[in-house]
Amino acid sequence: MIIRSGEEPLVELSNVTKVYGSGQAAVHALRGIGLRVQEGEFVAVMGSSGSGKSTCINIIGCLDVPSAGTYRFRDVDVGELSRDQRALLRRNYIGFIFQTYNLLARTTALENVELPLIYRGVPPKERHRLARRALESVGLSQWATHTPGELSGGQQQRVAIARAIVTEPLLLLADEPTGNLDSTNSQEIMKLLSGFNRDQGLTVVMVTHEPDVAAYAQRTVHFHDGGIDSDTLNQNQVIV
Amino acid sequence: MFGNIIQLAFRELRRNVLRSALTILGIVIGVAAVIIMVTLGRGTTKQVTEEIASLGSNQLQVRPGEHFRPGGVRTAAEQFELADAETIEREIGGIRAVAPIASKTLLTVYGNANWRTSVIGSDNNFFVAREWEVETGREFTESEVRSGKLVCVIGVTVRDNLFGTQNPLSASIRLGKLSCEIIGVLSAKGQSTFGQDQDDMLVVPIRGFQRRIAGNRDVNTIYITAQSSDLIDKIKQDVEALMRQRRHISANEEDNFYVRDIREITERVTSTTETLTALLGAVAAVSLLVGGIGIMNIMLVSVTERTREIGIRLAIGALESDVLRQFLVEAVVLASVGGIIGIALGLSGSALVSPMINIPFVFDLTITLIAFAFSAAVGVIFGYFPARKAARLNPIDALRHE
Repeated sequence: MIIRSGEEPLVELSNVTKVYGSGQAAVHALRGIGLRVQEGEFVAVMGSSGSGKSTCINIIGCLDVPSAGTYRFRDVDVGELSRDQRALLRRNYIGFIFQTYNLLARTTALENVELPLIYRGVPPKERHRLARRALESVGLSQWATHTPGELSGGQQQRVAIARAIVTEPLLLLADEPTGNLDSTNSQEIMKLLSGFNRDQGLTVVMVTHEPDVAAYAQRTVHFHDGGIDSDTLNQNQVIV
Repeated sequence: MFGNIIQLAFRELRRNVLRSALTILGIVIGVAAVIIMVTLGRGTTKQVTEEIASLGSNQLQVRPGEHFRPGGVRTAAEQFELADAETIEREIGGIRAVAPIASKTLLTVYGNANWRTSVIGSDNNFFVAREWEVETGREFTESEVRSGKLVCVIGVTVRDNLFGTQNPLSASIRLGKLSCEIIGVLSAKGQSTFGQDQDDMLVVPIRGFQRRIAGNRDVNTIYITAQSSDLIDKIKQDVEALMRQRRHISANEEDNFYVRDIREITERVTSTTETLTALLGAVAAVSLLVGGIGIMNIMLVSVTERTREIGIRLAIGALESDVLRQFLVEAVVLASVGGIIGIALGLSGSALVSPMINIPFVFDLTITLIAFAFSAAVGVIFGYFPARKAARLNPIDALRHE
């Protein structure tokens, strides 16, 4: 699957709904939202819990599928892709970081970072080189042989970032990346994300409920009750 | 790409040493238990069958039975006489040897040693009928048999208890109040199927036994050895007819003696050991099941952790087939390693235990393969199918699995 660069937005959601359950018990997580993200943008998605912001980012990341509406990734209609094609889209163009890091337990930082390259079929030597470089870019060269259990929360999240960017994706999705971290570590993480956005033009969509964290983004989208409340450019963006 | 997946699988196994070890242990126990049970069962059956075959398959035993007196009273029938044995040998065709037997338990004494043993009165045909050889010394001479001179051929248990390591040949032992010269020692036979020590006996000429030990002319049993096993049925009929005539049994009376065919005994014992083997097989099946449940438990317990792992792998770009291949390789590796260790342990365990309980070691390929296949199948099924279920979830549902 080749995705051409072009004039169209990187991500375009039109009238997307997501319903969990059915009948009386149905929960409308998204009620027909529209959202565009241009290449190179840094978007913060905010809202109270249950407002649909995580559902939205999971759909953008192809971890979940919409109940209705269309999702275009560049010129591709994601709704028409098979499971495996969506997996290939994730493999080749999208990186994830999560609130709970989601590193493989008992697996060294280096091996965790190598994992997406293994699925891409990168030969071992090249894999090691790329993974080491990615760890270096998040400042963890010294910790390559440590397992998640031996790392602090901030360090684990930085390993997760290295794993997300090692494949040089077009889009980085971050679901409350600082949710489990103190303010010092949160700032570290945000500086890294801002840096990748500014220096490499990496598009970042980040869910957060902390205004301090959202302040690093150029644009803030507010979710409320399954819909988009406001979508504003950030006048006071924190520049690192 | 496939090499990478195998590499991933092995990495994952090494990483989860405890889980891998427990799974392997479950398979090992299942496979080893089945192999040991069945091997020992087969060994026992084989030993029993061989022992019965060693009794001689073309043999008949004639024993006195009971009289049926009017009023339903039963009394022991009279014993046979030497003349009965002689007549059988003379008048019935197809016979190789007829051995008359009388016996009594006596105290034997040599020097300071004494030993209670079974003293058998018979002739050289006894050795033919029992397929037994005089290992050192000699059998009885014609004149010893005819005159009933007290000379004896002893079993190894008697030799060991009276003489220890000394040479017993030409020594004189006391049988009760009588003196008896030892002319031969039989080869060792060991325990019978029924747990008797067959070597705990000695043989003297039957005329001497009757005159000087028993003080009567009774013959308790007559052993008949046929020239071949297909003559057995005819000889049995002839002997029955002859004995009815000699014991004056009228046509409407029942026999007051038995003619036993060794094959009848063989059949009875064989059916017993078959029951035993079936029982062992059932026990083995249960242990296989228990082993299988063990494997299943470990596999299912790790599903939660593994479901999240699968979610992570899917999120960072693994295809469903990548994940499945990895889990399949893991399950197959665990099952094979466990199966091979189980086979090794089961076979070496049975090889070790068999001589301890005096049975031959019988290797049974079918059971080995069945045990292996069953455990491997359980390992693969319970390793693979939960993984398949997880890999088919939306990645986000797998990630959120609690």
